[in-house]
Parts: sequence; C-alpha cells; structure tokens
Amino acid sequence: MQLGAFVILAVLVVGSAAGLILKRNPIHGALFLVVNLASVAGLYLTLRAEFPATAQAIVYAGAIAVLFVFAIMVLIPGKEETGPDPLRGQRWLAVPVVGVFLLLSGLILRSAALKGPGPAAHVPGGIEAVGRLLFTDYLFPFEVTSFLLLAAIVGVLTLAKRKA
Amino acid sequence: MVPESYYVALSAVLFSMGVLGVLVRRNPLVIFMSIEMMLNAANVALVAFGQRYNTAEGQVLVFFVMCVAAAEVAVGLAIIVVIFRLRRRLSVDELSLMRW
Repeated sequence: MQLGAFVILAVLVVGSAAGLILKRNPIHGALFLVVNLASVAGLYLTLRAEFPATAQAIVYAGAIAVLFVFAIMVLIPGKEETGPDPLRGQRWLAVPVVGVFLLLSGLILRSAALKGPGPAAHVPGGIEAVGRLLFTDYLFPFEVTSFLLLAAIVGVLTLAKRKA
Repeated sequence: MVPESYYVALSAVLFSMGVLGVLVRRNPLVIFMSIEMMLNAANVALVAFGQRYNTAEGQVLVFFVMCVAAAEVAVGLAIIVVIFRLRRRLSVDELSLMRW
C-alpha cells in the first residue's frame, strides 16, 4: 500500500521533471513544476513528515509557483529559445555529464549507511518535535532566517524600482 | 514501510534532472525552475534521512532550505526582470558580460 503510493508519486515527480526540461514553452514548465512540487509534498506525507508537506504546499506550490507564473506573464516569453543554438555541441555534452553524476550518486547510495533497518524506532513527534527544535536548539538560525527574508524584500524592491 | 534508500535514490534522480535542466535549457526562468527542483531533491533526502534516524532535525533543515529558496526566487526573478528591461531578450548565452 505504502509502496504503491510511493511508486505513483515517484512516477509523477520524475515525469513532471522531464516535462519541465523538455517543454519549450516556459508556462508549461511552470505548470509541470507545480505538479512536481505537489507530488514532493505527497512524498513527505508518505514519510510521515507533515510539517514539510504543509510548508511545501503553501510556500512552493502556492507562493513560488505563483511568482514564476507572474514573472512569465511580465516577460512575454516564447521567442527566446527559437533560432539556431550557438552552443549545441556543448548542450549534448550535458547528457553524459549528468549520466556520470547519476552513476556517482548511485555508487554513494550503495556504499552509504542506508543498508538494513534504521536504529530502533521511537516515533518522532511530528510537528510538535519540529517546533520544539526550531525554538530551542535552532533559535538563532531561525532568527537569521527572518533577517534573510527581510533582506530579500528590500533587495527586490530596490531592483524592481530602479529605472531602466 | 518503504525503505528510506528508495527516497534517497529518487532524490538523486530528481537532482540529476535538475542539473540536466540547468545545463540544457537557455531560458533563465526554466533554469530557475530546475534549481528549485534541485533544492526539492535535497529536501527529500533530508527528510528521508531524518525519518531514518528518528530525529526531527531533517525537517528543521528543510524549513531553512525553503526559506532560502523563497528569498532566492524573489531576488533571482527580480534580477531576470531587470535584465529583460535592459536588453529586451532573455537568453543566458548572451549574458556573458559582468557589466557594460
């Protein structure tokens, strides 16, 4: 049952990623990205990680996807990947490079401490445990995060208001 | 219970597809989406490892990655919009100058 859910979600994730890479129109890519992000949220649910799943649905599939669609609407795309490609040979080179990368990560997977069952299970407390950690051990990084978001807001405003 | 190694393998595949997207595509928006996909792949691996070792720290790290990704997308899209305003075209191959 769980394996079935995992397989379905994995097929969705990989398929939508392939769609994002292959489709020429960036708005199709954005919609594939939404599917991809939503199925990753489902993957988190099958891992019994509710907090990342909800955060994924809200932050990624909600805010970031909308931001992408807005940017595509502003930029009037569709004509930028036509015409001759000056770097065509280099682009074909990308496929074996990624193949080697995948091979290396496969080797790491076989050698890493992923064999057999994990340590004895005491059920991690879900959202409660995450919140407890976030506001005790990780309090300082948490505050730094707020500063980072503030800096991003200010930076985006200065960039967007500048006269071209 | 699905073994965590399946999730880590899926994460590796997803990350590789993100790398492929970054290397193959010319549109900076699509490259950006591929980068988001790579961040997502790292998140999946983090959650899988966290669940395997029965700790919530993986999910805390995912939270931080999401914050950084949100900030990155906002700033990056603003930069892309400014570049488009300046040049009226969008292709990463033409953006070879740091300034002009």
